[in-house]
Amino acid sequence: MARAVTSRRKLINTTAAWAVGLLIFFPILWTILTSFKTEAQAIAAPPLFLNFDWTLENYGVVMERSNYARFLWNSILIAGGSTILGLLVAVPAAWSMAFVPSRRTKDILLWMLSTKMLPAVGVLYPIYLLFIQLGLLDSRAGLIIVMMLINLPIIVWMLYTYFREIPVDILEAARMDGASLKSEILYVLTPMAIPGIASTMLLNFILAWNEAFWTLNLTSVNAAPLTAFIASYSSPEGLFFAKLSAASTMAIAPILILGWFSQKQLVRGLTFGAVK
Amino acid sequence: MATKASRSAARIMMAPAVVLLLGWMLVPLLMTLWFSFRNYLPLRGGDLGWAGFDNYVRFVSSSAFWPSIQATLVIVGSVLVITLVFGILLALLLDQPMWGQGIVRILVIAPFFVMPTVSALVWKNMFMDPVNGLFAHLWRFFGADPISWLSDASMPSIVMIVSWQWLPFATLILLTAVQSLDGEQLEAAEMDGATKLKRFYFIILPHLGRAITIVILIQTIFLLAIFAEIFVTTGGAFGTRTLSYLIFQRVLESQNIGLGSAGGVYAIILANIVAIFLMRIVGKNLDN
Repeated sequence: MARAVTSRRKLINTTAAWAVGLLIFFPILWTILTSFKTEAQAIAAPPLFLNFDWTLENYGVVMERSNYARFLWNSILIAGGSTILGLLVAVPAAWSMAFVPSRRTKDILLWMLSTKMLPAVGVLYPIYLLFIQLGLLDSRAGLIIVMMLINLPIIVWMLYTYFREIPVDILEAARMDGASLKSEILYVLTPMAIPGIASTMLLNFILAWNEAFWTLNLTSVNAAPLTAFIASYSSPEGLFFAKLSAASTMAIAPILILGWFSQKQLVRGLTFGAVK
Repeated sequence: MATKASRSAARIMMAPAVVLLLGWMLVPLLMTLWFSFRNYLPLRGGDLGWAGFDNYVRFVSSSAFWPSIQATLVIVGSVLVITLVFGILLALLLDQPMWGQGIVRILVIAPFFVMPTVSALVWKNMFMDPVNGLFAHLWRFFGADPISWLSDASMPSIVMIVSWQWLPFATLILLTAVQSLDGEQLEAAEMDGATKLKRFYFIILPHLGRAITIVILIQTIFLLAIFAEIFVTTGGAFGTRTLSYLIFQRVLESQNIGLGSAGGVYAIILANIVAIFLMRIVGKNLDN
């Protein structure tokens, strides 16, 4: 039974929710607005909200000055590469745990989760040292591997919770009809698993894109992604608010858009299926 | 029933993930343990031999240790309280019927997708800058002297930045839990004359219990490890040096690997204490 809601009540709810929502979103909105101002307008007192001369100048300056394209490319390669590599390893693992569970499945899942809890700073030097020895420091390949490993538990878990929702009866029916393991995976399972795999990809891409401990500590020039690109703005020279805003907007825009598609999956992925 | 063949196939399919994670966990962990018992100073002669428990003792007896524990606890505790209180209120608000609910949801969730270096720098410069920041403008508008946020109020500033990042996470999970609440139970309570406060305290809050626990545990694990937010704002100065950041400085800045590794072992133990509780809840959920 739906509860009757007076439109006055609904109006109050709407006003309150929009006010809070805009307040929370405001720093992002302000960054986007500032990126279109000149440096002088960016620090004008009182602050200018919409009444300024919109300009794309900052974007041009940022791209020219800092080789933005290379950072962007590194971010895409690292986040994308680690996601694909992670899926290649995780899909078979999650598949077997979901469909051929053994007594140890639960322990293995929990153990995998526990590796995610290992504080990065506790193993910073060993990884740093191994990276130097293996010539992986400041290389994209090295970061792809690390990103894949730190997110692997989340990928396995997310896939596992999705795969478990696929009805086993269908698999059994396919087996009765004489389907081999290969065709079982290819024709029965894959089509049903694709939505789950897609959401897992999306969330993992976002997490890898925003990761800022290993990317800051294991890169310097060649493999530095956007997180490091932005960190280089922490020591300002002269007027830089508008340029910082432009750089920030470019770094977060792709992920904001992807993120909005993945709200629901976010809960599942980050709570390991414990909240639905 | 799974056949014997499919069982061994399953094992083979699981192997790469298990082996990789095992290596990723064990190799660095054993190295950290090993280094923590060595006198290891790469810039001053390298590995100078066995140190026993010296590093462990020196790490906790250094003057920076207790302040770092305090800073860690203040950040984790304050952010948890702020995100939970506002998260619950926001979740209840967003659950109400309204116009444009989807858009409001997106606005509220957005900060979670902003990379930590961006949110820290945007807050540091465009909001907290004592001359040109928005807060400085606001303070001057009301005739007050602008505050040097990150030096004079460094802790509240960091807490504010980190809370802004994590509020969406708490809200989203709590909202998911609120939406699974049984509406009929609430109606029955309403008809029986339970006040709003009572309904919240006796029905909604217990229902949210599990989600709240999960938010606390997951956020604690991530908050114990916050790095970029401190790295680009205060660099650990003005009392914002957390345990993680102290270890980072010992390892990479002063290159005292033995000491830093001992600190790392402490951090790992600390995180594991929290993790055990989280695993229990998640594990219970697997059984259903």
